[in-house]
Amino acid sequence: MSTVNSHLDAHGEDTRNFHGHDDGHGEAHGSFKGYVTGFLLSVVLTAIPFWLVMEEVLPSKQLTIAIVLAFALVQVLVHMVYFLHMNTQSEGGWNMLALIFTLILVVITFAGSLWVMYHMNENMMPLSVHEAKNLP
Amino acid sequence: MTQMQDRSDLMQFLFGRLSLNAIPYHEPIIVWTFVGTAVLGMAVLAYITRQRAWGTLWNDWFCSIDHKKIGVMYIVLGLVMLLRGFADAIMMRAQQAIAFGDSMGYLPPHHYDQIFTAHGVIMIFFVAMPFVTGLMNYVVPLQIGARDVAFPFLNNFSFWMTTAGALLIMLSLFIGEFAMTGWLAYPPLSGAAYSPGVGVDYYIWGLQIAGVGTLLSGVNLIVTIVKMRAPGMTLMKMPVFTWTALCTNVLIVAAFPILTAVLALLSMDRYVGTNFFTNDFGGNAMMYVNLIWIWGHPEVYILILPIFGVFSEIVSTFSGKRLFGYSSMVYATVCITILSYLVWLHHFFTMGSGASVNSFFGITTMIISIPTGAKMFNWLFTMYRGRIRFDVPMLWTMGFMLTFVGGGMTGVLLAVPPADFVLHNSLFLIAHFHHVIIGGVVFGTFAGINFWFPKVTGFKLDEFWGKVSFWFWIVGFYLAFMPLYVLGLMGVTRRMSHFTDPSLQIWFQIAAVGGVLVGLGILAFIVQLVVSIRRRHELRDKSGDPWNGRTLEWSTSSPPPAYNFAFTPRVHDQDAWWDMKQRGYQRPQSEFVPVHMPKNTAAGIVLAGISMVCGFGLIWHIWWLAGLAFASLVFGAILHSFNYNRDYHIPADEVTRVEQARTQQLAALQG
Amino acid sequence: MSTHAMSANAADANDFIVREDHHPENGTMLGFWLYLMSDCLIFAVLFATYGVVGSNYAAGPSPADLFDLDIVAVNTAMLLLSSITYGFAMLEMARKRTNMTLVWLAITGVFGLCFIGIELYEFHHLIHIGAGPQRSAFLSAFFTLVGTHGLHVSFGLIWLVTLMTQVRKHGLTTENRRRLNCLSLFWHFLDVIWIGVFTFVYLMGVLR
Repeated sequence: MSTVNSHLDAHGEDTRNFHGHDDGHGEAHGSFKGYVTGFLLSVVLTAIPFWLVMEEVLPSKQLTIAIVLAFALVQVLVHMVYFLHMNTQSEGGWNMLALIFTLILVVITFAGSLWVMYHMNENMMPLSVHEAKNLP
Repeated sequence: MTQMQDRSDLMQFLFGRLSLNAIPYHEPIIVWTFVGTAVLGMAVLAYITRQRAWGTLWNDWFCSIDHKKIGVMYIVLGLVMLLRGFADAIMMRAQQAIAFGDSMGYLPPHHYDQIFTAHGVIMIFFVAMPFVTGLMNYVVPLQIGARDVAFPFLNNFSFWMTTAGALLIMLSLFIGEFAMTGWLAYPPLSGAAYSPGVGVDYYIWGLQIAGVGTLLSGVNLIVTIVKMRAPGMTLMKMPVFTWTALCTNVLIVAAFPILTAVLALLSMDRYVGTNFFTNDFGGNAMMYVNLIWIWGHPEVYILILPIFGVFSEIVSTFSGKRLFGYSSMVYATVCITILSYLVWLHHFFTMGSGASVNSFFGITTMIISIPTGAKMFNWLFTMYRGRIRFDVPMLWTMGFMLTFVGGGMTGVLLAVPPADFVLHNSLFLIAHFHHVIIGGVVFGTFAGINFWFPKVTGFKLDEFWGKVSFWFWIVGFYLAFMPLYVLGLMGVTRRMSHFTDPSLQIWFQIAAVGGVLVGLGILAFIVQLVVSIRRRHELRDKSGDPWNGRTLEWSTSSPPPAYNFAFTPRVHDQDAWWDMKQRGYQRPQSEFVPVHMPKNTAAGIVLAGISMVCGFGLIWHIWWLAGLAFASLVFGAILHSFNYNRDYHIPADEVTRVEQARTQQLAALQG
Repeated sequence: MSTHAMSANAADANDFIVREDHHPENGTMLGFWLYLMSDCLIFAVLFATYGVVGSNYAAGPSPADLFDLDIVAVNTAMLLLSSITYGFAMLEMARKRTNMTLVWLAITGVFGLCFIGIELYEFHHLIHIGAGPQRSAFLSAFFTLVGTHGLHVSFGLIWLVTLMTQVRKHGLTTENRRRLNCLSLFWHFLDVIWIGVFTFVYLMGVLR
């Protein structure tokens, strides 16, 4: 079994196209505009939540939390689209499928754990005043 | 005085908490085990040396990135660890058969606890997982018409990481001790306060290291199946075994990170003093149970789905019929994959989550049994009006169909929370999961081994000893576990090393007899291997297709050449090889091309070996060793990445020679 | 036993085989993405753990007592800037400009180092005032979640330096470009996780 590096050219560059297309099938590129847009959007979507919390702008904590969470969600999407170039085409749709499946599992793990553990805590014996005062 | 303290500081630094006390001189069972292992080990080493096989072993096997060799090595690992796991089992059966009233048996409780922990850990992680991984590794690339998996080096690395984990567990037998917590190591018992020794640390690092291997293997096989199918093989034309392999590996990638994270949290509690699962400072031990079962339930589906695939292949082949309901088989598999994430709480109904939560999970658990039922009917309908041949693989399949259904039914029984409140952690539960795992995974593994053995080695397994093994296994299984259902219903708890009620003893004695019969089944399998090797010329598979198979692996020679296929197949229908045979496929005779192949490498075994050293250092608190090993690991991985020269070509005339030899051999068979 | 029909028709053979040396598509990007998904699940466990025990202060300090949002804002800026500089590196890579690629990668590394430095400073301070990971389950979860993210960034930096060396040595070969693409996914993914961290841990912690 011989060792043949005939696929490498003078610069050690791989000339075979057995890797498929150069950057991989459907590999998306960014553009300067895309990255800057994503960056600016992210700055805004970060600055506003920080401002809301640090300056205690809104009277309602619930509302602040809701807005902050919503902005986080949007910023994640911004990152996915502008930085990670997520689309339904890359890798024949398998990337998107894997992402959706993972997100479902993240939600199940997170929400499921919180739901289960909340119920378990509820069913634990309540603390007496004495015990509560002396929590370790 | 100061001098003595200095020396002990130095010793402390050099050896951590390792000392000569770690070696269990005073436990005769372990001492004799060591003697036996050492003698056997030396015999094996001597044999290899006498055969002058070290070079071949290292170059052609240990450093091989060929999926076929790696698949074989996984199965060998599984078989070796089966012997250890079974030894644990028979020790437990013996103890439970005699330890009544005044008789305390021969195993002190702390030893017994290590045995049942090791038994579970070994059987799940180092027997069942390697078996299914080995089968998938060997068969899937051949079934999809590929030359290898997507990442051949990672494949080799994954195997050695699994082996490194197994070796750490085995090492715990002779240096130190193992965990006494049960195979899932619940805190607070597994925390630093209640298990201050090295046992749980062996457990953690053994599983973390093996877990890396498994996770990478999962990624590898998914990409292989997604990207490397032969042209024309759409998803719905893939063999069913490949479908189940795809879903299994999705489960692996989705579940194992959870195990990794939870064990990391436990190790943080033990090493750093964090309070995730402690009784105080805000810890919550129940969160461990919750998280570990979010991994644990998908894990059991990881074990069984490939086996469902094995049986699909075997049933259609030995009924001479296309599998009934291909689409519904695929949908059932996908359903099971998704649903397996919605049932985990049924492992701890009794932990106090309340009626609303319990009802939800009870219902989802009952629902998940439905797709499996659909599969069972599909197998039956495949057999209906088929021309059934009862070769050994089919025998195991029959045994599976009967046994797994029974075990599944007791599972549905346990899915009802009020019933589970009575039966949780009783011997009924033990009987249930052994019922499905043995009836499913073990019988399926033996079916798969008997089925694909000729492809792997070039000769069939001896039929007589195969049947002997099967009958001992199935009779032994029922004798060993049906009494446990009775005992469980009577209220007997699991993991007990001593009992006071003498009326229970007869059931344990029957179970012990069952255990012995299973042991004979294992022995018969070993005899089957030896006899088959002796008779290999009579049992030779010259055509490559000894069972009149339906899928592409049967189109290759037995064993296949290193490159699997001289030309990548073009697929038109399900059961691609059957289709080719029906349509009068002619082998190409000329114009072979050079084949591009990946190179063997020692990087996998070296990196895994360093990981093992790192694990050992962490277990024994030899921090300098752990740090050095970890740094070497990172450095080694970086070094490996600088190697861009990882492949070569098999020249066209070599391919021509191999292919023409096979063409001639096939022609001779015709004539 | 298997049978091969004897009727010979040369054309038929090619129906069932591909005559050239068939090379399947390279799977590295998909494989790396799948690994990232598994990493996502590790973080999911850490987030879930933080969610469950994150209010267990054990009569010790709470997030409002401890978190300095100014530092967190600076750190977030560091990471976000590193994301866009990596993006610029990728643009240069597409234009096959090796030196500019290396320049932007180096700048990314600097921002990454700043992030780690600031985080280490923060951790050191917390430990110094008695709010280390052993103090309570809340702090255990905090240090583990944020620390795991920091560890990932650190490994990313090691990978970055390694890749820069390899690009210097071999240029922007197909293999190196593939590796830069993988690191790009990794780097941006870590920024996505950080969004979760600063939102769920820091901002919502202070709001409690």
